[in-house]
Amino acid sequence: MTKQLIFAITLLITLGVFTFTISRIIRYFRFTKANFPIRNFSKRFGVMMKVAFGQTKIFRRPFTGFLHALVFWGFCVILVGSIEMILDGILGTDRLFKPLGVLYDIITASGDIFAVLVAISIIIFLFRRIFLSIHRFEGIEMKPISHIDANTALTLILLLMLSLTGMNIAYIDHQNLLGQEVAGTYPVSNWLTDIFLDSSAKGLSLWFESFWWIHILLIFLFANLLPYSKHFHVFLSIPNVFLSRLEPLGKLPNMDDVEKEVRAMLDPATVYSPPSSAEPIGRFGVKDVEDISWKTYFDSLACTECGRCTSVCPANLTGKKLSPRKIMMDVRARMKAKGPGLVKHGKEYSDQKSLLRDLISVEELWACTTCNACAKECPININHPTLIVDMRRYLVMEEAYAPGEIKAVFSNIENNGAPWQYSPEDRLQWAEKLELIEQ
Amino acid sequence: MADLLAKGEKPEYLFWVGCAGAFDDRYRKVAGAFARILTCLDVSYAVLGKEETCTGDPARRAGNEMLFQMQAMQNIELFKSYDIRKILTICPHCYNTFKNEYPDLGGSYEVISYLEFLDQAITEGKLNPDPSVFGETRVTYHDPCYLGRMNNIYDEPRKILNKMTRNVVEMERNRSFALCCGAGGGQYFKEAEKGEKEIYMERTEEALRTDPQIIATACPFCMTMITDGLKYKNKEEEVKNLDVVEMIIQAISPIQH
Repeated sequence: MTKQLIFAITLLITLGVFTFTISRIIRYFRFTKANFPIRNFSKRFGVMMKVAFGQTKIFRRPFTGFLHALVFWGFCVILVGSIEMILDGILGTDRLFKPLGVLYDIITASGDIFAVLVAISIIIFLFRRIFLSIHRFEGIEMKPISHIDANTALTLILLLMLSLTGMNIAYIDHQNLLGQEVAGTYPVSNWLTDIFLDSSAKGLSLWFESFWWIHILLIFLFANLLPYSKHFHVFLSIPNVFLSRLEPLGKLPNMDDVEKEVRAMLDPATVYSPPSSAEPIGRFGVKDVEDISWKTYFDSLACTECGRCTSVCPANLTGKKLSPRKIMMDVRARMKAKGPGLVKHGKEYSDQKSLLRDLISVEELWACTTCNACAKECPININHPTLIVDMRRYLVMEEAYAPGEIKAVFSNIENNGAPWQYSPEDRLQWAEKLELIEQ
Repeated sequence: MADLLAKGEKPEYLFWVGCAGAFDDRYRKVAGAFARILTCLDVSYAVLGKEETCTGDPARRAGNEMLFQMQAMQNIELFKSYDIRKILTICPHCYNTFKNEYPDLGGSYEVISYLEFLDQAITEGKLNPDPSVFGETRVTYHDPCYLGRMNNIYDEPRKILNKMTRNVVEMERNRSFALCCGAGGGQYFKEAEKGEKEIYMERTEEALRTDPQIIATACPFCMTMITDGLKYKNKEEEVKNLDVVEMIIQAISPIQH
């Protein structure tokens, strides 16, 4: 009974803190803009199964991809066991799912195997991060705190897996010693039963209880650290994939506000009509976080800072300032900085800073070739180029700011219908003197 | 197009030449090559000639949505007046914009890249490149971002090249992993931002590591970048940069080259 009470209080604290954190993050969404409507659920479900559960994009890097997939699938399997533990804790039951029979064997066996596989993967990840200097984990946006963040989360996961395995071993030992039936199947832990020197039933039971509490408290701690960490992706990557932009990579979103203006301009009927007094058109493009769409903010929260985007960016690879990962991290950081002010003072709040220029420089934006390698690579379908172009849209349409050569391109297109200063009269020169071929 | 209309004829395809096909000395040859193949295949097509204008793609990607939409709507109106339904493109940027972006503004067409068209013509046996022309020539293909990653056209160029030579080699980064040539998103028209290296040099060096005799491209801007890269490397004599359709032309009419 005491255990139940302590557990219930711990759980309530955990959920309380978690709800507090999440609600703080969620309220910033109301300052973001509408984006594409969420339709096409069956297609979205398919993308989620493929990209999130199938880990298809992670596998574009086969070695680390495979290890990550093990960790991900391991989490999915072990989650069932964690739910059982939490229910046991609340209800004061012992192995609530035991009546599931064969299914229980499958759940426990896969959890037991995956605990070790995940632990091995995590050790390799930690080794890579600490001892190998891997280019992808570096960059101007990667501060010491980014590395601490990554390594802390990895260590926590490792401890979670070790405590789980320890718990299984102590349980098997305990049941064997008393000649009682072992509920579930534990292929790996069974094999490790000799590790414990304690031979008394009481001692083993204490070991079991300790691991049980360590494991559950680590889960609670982990869950509450995640929203502050790059590992928020544990919660957000699956929904982020589900909410993916389903359009082809090459398609930039149409600006409906501009379309209205252009149509009015091209339509002779509207020339003499008074300007419509409908709601004023907002700012074109993106200057600060209140101009971004909810999806972009979601992307920034779900970003794992894995750097696959930056590692394939042609601009970054050749030493330009642009790093697609930084763009996403800047969005998240900027909302964190400006969000509280927006909540307090409303939409008009300004802190004399903006995402563009104070965090993301113009130089970064003009380095992008819109090649979409970053978006193709992102394991959770973040689309960086649309945001980069949205910031260019702000620069060009609100500030008339563009590199000189680009301005020349604009005026050439306007005047001669081509980016170069050639006369449309010469458009057919290529076809003069073409020989016919016989096949 | 206007001439045909005056004669009361309606061509099946619009061959959209694009600014590079019309004005870039090098790509004019590519436009010519494709036109000759179309004529040789007796395809019913026409070009807009002086009526053609920019799709708006470079403006859109450089942030000038207003200019893009004005160009797009102008084109959509023009296409409507000629009742155009099928568009053939030789430029991946024009292709992508017509195919993916014009529908939002009310212009939906069947947009066909010249690579798709040529691949089909070869598969159907209408076009028969002579495999002995290139024979064992070592060719590597550079995927343009706007055909590959953005529109999943990876197999067509490879199928075509494999019909012409037994020695197609892949660069380290190919297909969806292919490195950009550095020209997209308006970069072609401006100096690159400060950095350690030009993107086209990085890509040209990668292509040269396959020790090719020909670097095949399928985009006017990739072509300029790769050709520049070869010039800087002093390799333009040993290694040729040809468009896929230029190779086909050579392989179907060797006498005229």
